[in-house]
Amino acid sequence: MGNIIKISAHKKINYLKKEIAKVSYSSQEGHVPSAYSIMDLLWVLFKETLKINTKNQKTSDKFILSKGHGSLALYAMLLENKNITLKEFRSFSQYKSKLGGHPDSNKLPNIIASTGSLGHGLSISVGMAMSSKILNIKNKIYCLIGDGECNEGTIWESALLATEHKLDNLCCILDMNHSGDRAIKLLNLKEKFLSFGWVVKTINGHSHKEIKSSYKVFKKNKPTIIIAETIKGYGVKMMENSHAWHRRSPNKEELDLIIEELN
Amino acid sequence: MRKQFVSTFESLIKKDSKLSLLLCDIGVFGFRNSIAKYPNRVINIGILEQSTIGIACGMSRSGLIPVVHTIAPFLVERAFEQIKIDFGYHNIGCNLVSVGASYDYASLGCTHHCPADVALLKNIPGIEILTPGHPLEFDSLFRQIYKNGNPSYFRLSEKSNIKSNKVKFGKANLIKKGEKATIIAIGPVLDVTLQAAEYEDVDILYYSTIIPFDSKALQKSMEKKTKIMVIEPFYSGTISDLIIESLNQKSIMIKSIGVPKEFLRNYGLAEQHDNAIGFTSKNISKELKKLIDA
Repeated sequence: MGNIIKISAHKKINYLKKEIAKVSYSSQEGHVPSAYSIMDLLWVLFKETLKINTKNQKTSDKFILSKGHGSLALYAMLLENKNITLKEFRSFSQYKSKLGGHPDSNKLPNIIASTGSLGHGLSISVGMAMSSKILNIKNKIYCLIGDGECNEGTIWESALLATEHKLDNLCCILDMNHSGDRAIKLLNLKEKFLSFGWVVKTINGHSHKEIKSSYKVFKKNKPTIIIAETIKGYGVKMMENSHAWHRRSPNKEELDLIIEELN
Repeated sequence: MRKQFVSTFESLIKKDSKLSLLLCDIGVFGFRNSIAKYPNRVINIGILEQSTIGIACGMSRSGLIPVVHTIAPFLVERAFEQIKIDFGYHNIGCNLVSVGASYDYASLGCTHHCPADVALLKNIPGIEILTPGHPLEFDSLFRQIYKNGNPSYFRLSEKSNIKSNKVKFGKANLIKKGEKATIIAIGPVLDVTLQAAEYEDVDILYYSTIIPFDSKALQKSMEKKTKIMVIEPFYSGTISDLIIESLNQKSIMIKSIGVPKEFLRNYGLAEQHDNAIGFTSKNISKELKKLIDA
């Protein structure tokens, strides 16, 4: 049964990845490899983890995509969950589109925070987690950051604060695709966050089984971080771990190859 | 003004369960009673201004009404991008309350000066900028708008005018009527302006709100005049564009007296800096006469 679900999810994720490639081709915009890097993490989060209360959104779990350039993966999940239409998805980055290169919370209610400049989302998530405690709301706040984003001082400011305020309702997901290694290699990240007082779980960020079990790791009085080892551009060999593809859109020939591989 | 901020806040938080305050390790002693009474909502976050703005954004998104308080350069200049994105771009409410306007903390040196705050913040679409000139004006303005859902900046100064005015958010007060020129006085520089213009035939318009700018009051005052003097307690020229936009295509002469764009490397008292840069009634009076005679 588990395998059937896995195969079905794999097919659907590849469908979404193909749509991402197509919209990037047609718009010649988007950070495709960053989106592919986090697709599995978002799939499990949106399909099997986030608790949404449609009658009272305030009590719903919240997700903040702090690495806003992975927006195409977020939009793909909104498409999968029927929060947006395929037509809206395909309007990506057009002049009047609701879906820009980085997410804008004023455009769609499902987008909790407007991000793009790195290092903002985790502070906002800390504020939301603190608010849930103040307002006695029993929800969870999930925030996805990138490894390059960990160069920003605000990540570490927020790491200090999450521990100080015992934010056991906060789960930070670190997309560890090593794209930041060319500037600063983040050595001993697990030890760094452990020393900041976080619960740390290291997983394979493309294994749904590991992702799912990690999203349930919450310990009293401590924030959680999941260090998800991922591959930038996962699923498409020509993109995988290639810096050249960071903000490059495919041409027609490349699009055909991507679709063939994802088929 | 800082004492008034404490007392206004203490009075409001009793009745408003959404109101919250984040301190960046400044004003902690002043707010000790609120910290003790409302430890969940009145928090000394620490010396990390950028993240504090982010946290306030998260609180605002969750339905609380955050106030962030610290010294002007750290609140505005250090955390500028956070204010721009987390409040301006998100288009959500927050109250930013600074102390140490311009060179109020003269003896601490240029790291603690902030004459650029208004010039910077006015570039953020949707932000409201308030410059009360008296503690009671702060009390009134804060109560008028603290929960209006917009990002607002309250510029508190160590200086204060002797008397308060009845101020309304977004409206200028006509303090004195005359025909030769219009003087715009902002916040705590009203008293020195009144002294300087005591015997001059001029309008004095008093602005305790910079943005939204009360264009109508200026247009009315300038119906039959062409000369404006601006007494700005921040960088000279900060509001020139607001004046020009208000007086759409009318030819005017503007003289601005404000803080010059240079590092004020001396220490001492704020009053010594006032004297050094010509922020005195004597100098303002001299410049006003020159403008009227021009």
